[in-house]
Amino acid sequence: MLKAVDGVSFGIRKGETFGLVGESGSGKSTVGRCLLRLYDYTEGEVLYDGQPLSALDDKALRPFRRRIQSIFQDPYSSLNPGMNVLELIGEPMDIHGVHAGSARKEAVADLLVKVGLKTAHLTRYPHEFSGGQRQRLSIARALSVRPEFVVCDEPISALDVSVQAQVVNMLEDLQAEFGLTYLFIAHDLSMVRHISDRIGVMYAGRLVEVADSDELYENPLHPYTQALLSAIPVPDPRAASKRIAWDRAAWTGEGAPLREVGPGHFAAIP
Amino acid sequence: MGIVGESGSGKSVTAKAALGLIGPPGRVIGGDIRYRGERLLGWSDSRWRKLRGNRIAMVFQDPMTALNPVKKIGAQMIEVIRRHRGLGKEAARQEAAAKLREVGIAEPERRLEQYPHEFSGGMRQRVMIAMALSCEPELLLADEPTTALDVTIQAQILDLLKDIKAKSNMGVVLITHDLGVVAQVCTRVIVMYGGMVMEEGTVEDIFYRPGHPYTQGLLKSVPKRGGGTRERLVPIEGTPPDLLDPPLGCPFIERCPHAFGKCAERPPLFELGDGHRALCWLHDAEHAAAEGESSGNKPNADGAAIDDERAGGAGIAENGAGENAGRDSDG
Repeated sequence: MLKAVDGVSFGIRKGETFGLVGESGSGKSTVGRCLLRLYDYTEGEVLYDGQPLSALDDKALRPFRRRIQSIFQDPYSSLNPGMNVLELIGEPMDIHGVHAGSARKEAVADLLVKVGLKTAHLTRYPHEFSGGQRQRLSIARALSVRPEFVVCDEPISALDVSVQAQVVNMLEDLQAEFGLTYLFIAHDLSMVRHISDRIGVMYAGRLVEVADSDELYENPLHPYTQALLSAIPVPDPRAASKRIAWDRAAWTGEGAPLREVGPGHFAAIP
Repeated sequence: MGIVGESGSGKSVTAKAALGLIGPPGRVIGGDIRYRGERLLGWSDSRWRKLRGNRIAMVFQDPMTALNPVKKIGAQMIEVIRRHRGLGKEAARQEAAAKLREVGIAEPERRLEQYPHEFSGGMRQRVMIAMALSCEPELLLADEPTTALDVTIQAQILDLLKDIKAKSNMGVVLITHDLGVVAQVCTRVIVMYGGMVMEEGTVEDIFYRPGHPYTQGLLKSVPKRGGGTRERLVPIEGTPPDLLDPPLGCPFIERCPHAFGKCAERPPLFELGDGHRALCWLHDAEHAAAEGESSGNKPNADGAAIDDERAGGAGIAENGAGENAGRDSDG
C-alpha cells in the first residue's frame, strides 16, 4: 500500500498560527484536508478539543464542520459564480443555523466590512471582484459561522505581491479579534515565517521538523530543512547566499521518527 | 537584466513584442524595438523567424506546454538545431546531447530518447534552456522560468542561468514577479506597473535607492529578512489599474501615498543617476522647487524624503530603514 502521508504527528495550540511548509507533493495539503475530514484516512487520528474526529458520522461531525473552516488557494474556483455575495456568505450560516432570518443580512454586511469590502457589494457576483477581493470573500464566508479554527491552504499564493500583504495583515487582525487558530499551509517560506508562531516542515509525506518560527529559521537541524531554507531567494542583492544541497540518496536518516532535540524543537534525525 | 512586475503589468507582453510574437487582434502600435541598433518593427515574418531562435531565444514559464508531449526530446531538439543551424542529423544529435550535458542533465544520450512526461518539472525547464542555447543566441529571454518550480529546484535553475551567463557572452532578460529572484540573479532591473516602465536602474539602485513610490511600496510589502516574525507588513493599498480603462496620468496614481495634482498628467522618466530613471513627478525639478517654497508642510513634501532615502541607502535590506520613506512624508 502506498501511504500518501505517514509519521505526521503534531499539535496546534489554541490561538496560535501553525505554519506547514514543504514542496509540491510533500503532503501538506493532504494533512490539511485530513484535519477537515475532507479525506477519510485509513490510519491515524485527529483530535480536536480532545475529541477524535475520524470515527464520527456525518451528523456527529456537523458541529465540528462549523468550528473548523477552510480557505483555499484559488479564489476563482472556490466561489460559486452563480451566487451573489449575500448568498455566498449567507449559505454556511443557513447550513449551520447561525443568524436566522433578518439578522442574517446584517451579519453578512458586518462581515463584509470586517474583511475590507463594502455593504454595497452584497448584490454583486464573484466575477465582479479582483483576486484579492475574492480571497476576502472566501475569508468572510469561512468566518460567517464563527469558527474557532481555520485551515488556510495557500491563501495568498494566487495573489499579486502588493496584495498579499493586505490579506496577511487582515488574517492577523481577524485572528486577534476573534481569537482564531490557524493552520497556514504555504510554500512561500518568507511569508510563512512572518505569520506563523510555530512551523512544521514536510518532506515526501513525512513531517521532518517542527519548531518555533525563529528557532526553525535560525537553527534548522534536519538537512532537508537546511537545504529548503538556503534556497529561498532573499530580496537583497548583497545577501550572501550559501546554498546547502539536499541529497536524498545520501541521507541515512530516512524514516527516523520525530524526536525532541531541544525545548519545543522536534526533528526526524537519527 | 530583470523585468519585475505584478500580473498584468505588461512584462510578458513587452518580451513578446521584442520577439515579434504579438498576434492578432493585438498589434504594436507605437514605439521602437531595436536590436543591435537595428529597428525591428515592420519586419516580415520570415525575417523575424531568422532572428528568433538564432539570435534571440525564449524560455517560458511552463515547459510542459512548450514541449510537444508526443515527440521524443531528442527529435524536438534535433529539429530546432537543424532548422536554425543547418547541421546534419548526426551532428545535430551530438549537439543536442552536448547541450543537455551543459545544463546538467546526466546520461544525455539516453534522455534524448525519452518523452517530456518522463522528465520532472525542473528537468523539463533544463531541456527548454538547452534548446534555447542550442542555437547559440546572443540574447535569452526567460519569462518566469522558475515560477512553476519548487524553491530548491528554482535555486538550481537560477544557478544554471547565472552559470551560463558567466561562461558565455549572452545577454539574459529574466521576467519575474519575485523580488528575491531579481535580487539574486540580476544586475540591471526594470520595474513595470500598469503596462509602463516605472523605474529602471542597477539592482542596487532598485533595492537600496528606489526612486519610485511603487518600487518603494513593493519592497516594503514583503517580509523583511531576519525581522521579528510578527512585525506588521506594509501593504500597498488598493488594486492595480484596469488596463481596459487605464488612468490617463501615472498608472500608480490611485494607490500612491505621494500623489499630487501633477500626477494626473503622464510623467516622463526622470534621470536620478547614471542609468537610474523613474517615471514620477516627485523628481521634477519644478516640483522640488515648489515644495521647497511652501516650506514642506504638505503631506507630500517628498522630493526631499526620497532624496534622503537615496542618500541614506535605505531599502528593505537595511531592516526597516526603508519604512521611513512613507512616514517622513506625513510629518
